[in-house]
Amino acid sequence: MKKNALNEVTLTFPSRSSNEGFARSAAACFAAQMDPTLNELEDIKTAVSEAVTNAIVHGYPDAIGTVTLKLRVCPGNILELTVKDKGRGIPDVEKARQPMFTTGGEERSGMGFTIMESFMDQLLVRSVPGRGTTVTMKKKLAPRLKTK
Amino acid sequence: MEIHAKSADRNLLLELSGEIDHHSARNAMRELEMAVDAALPKNLVLDMSRVTFMDSSGIALILKAQQRMQLLDGSLLVCHVPEQAKRVLDAAGIGRLVTIR
Repeated sequence: MKKNALNEVTLTFPSRSSNEGFARSAAACFAAQMDPTLNELEDIKTAVSEAVTNAIVHGYPDAIGTVTLKLRVCPGNILELTVKDKGRGIPDVEKARQPMFTTGGEERSGMGFTIMESFMDQLLVRSVPGRGTTVTMKKKLAPRLKTK
Repeated sequence: MEIHAKSADRNLLLELSGEIDHHSARNAMRELEMAVDAALPKNLVLDMSRVTFMDSSGIALILKAQQRMQLLDGSLLVCHVPEQAKRVLDAAGIGRLVTIR
């Protein structure tokens, strides 16, 4: 465990689309310990769904590979989410982050990164063509009043 | 997710329910196209009230419906959008392209 993480979990799963639902539910379950609001939980589920779908669709377009989802609770009530694949990589990250840009065919909208950006506080995309992509997102959850 | 179709007088109502993500989108898109092709509606309404989760795959689905209705010279209305799905649509600025009520 990294020094500054208060708690963390790492999940690895094959890049099958049936795991998209699993990944976002698992992220929501893990985040529950931070006492999030319903909106915050939905934001987390949405962002994870987008990142994991990208890994599945774009990381491994022609094969089944491994997707790693890392969830960390950091000091300051910050949730850090990392979605990593060892797939094809993105040749031009800047371009991929543009709204409506997609190489994914008609059932994709090209809005994945835009939604991740808008639902999270911070989005970092690192990618090496042929080696894979790592998406790191951070969200600070609102402090809740303690009842006792 | 599931799509339930009701059609009358060239008005087609599609009630969407469950989770709309990439996993479910391909089937959903096919079902939507089949329902539209069968009814050839003048007005298409997508009722989202029973959608429990939606990511950007839902945007692609709505834009597909819009495209289909433009080909038929008809209208599309998206209604009863739950809070989470609404925020996804807002983040993508879909309200500028599609009528949402």
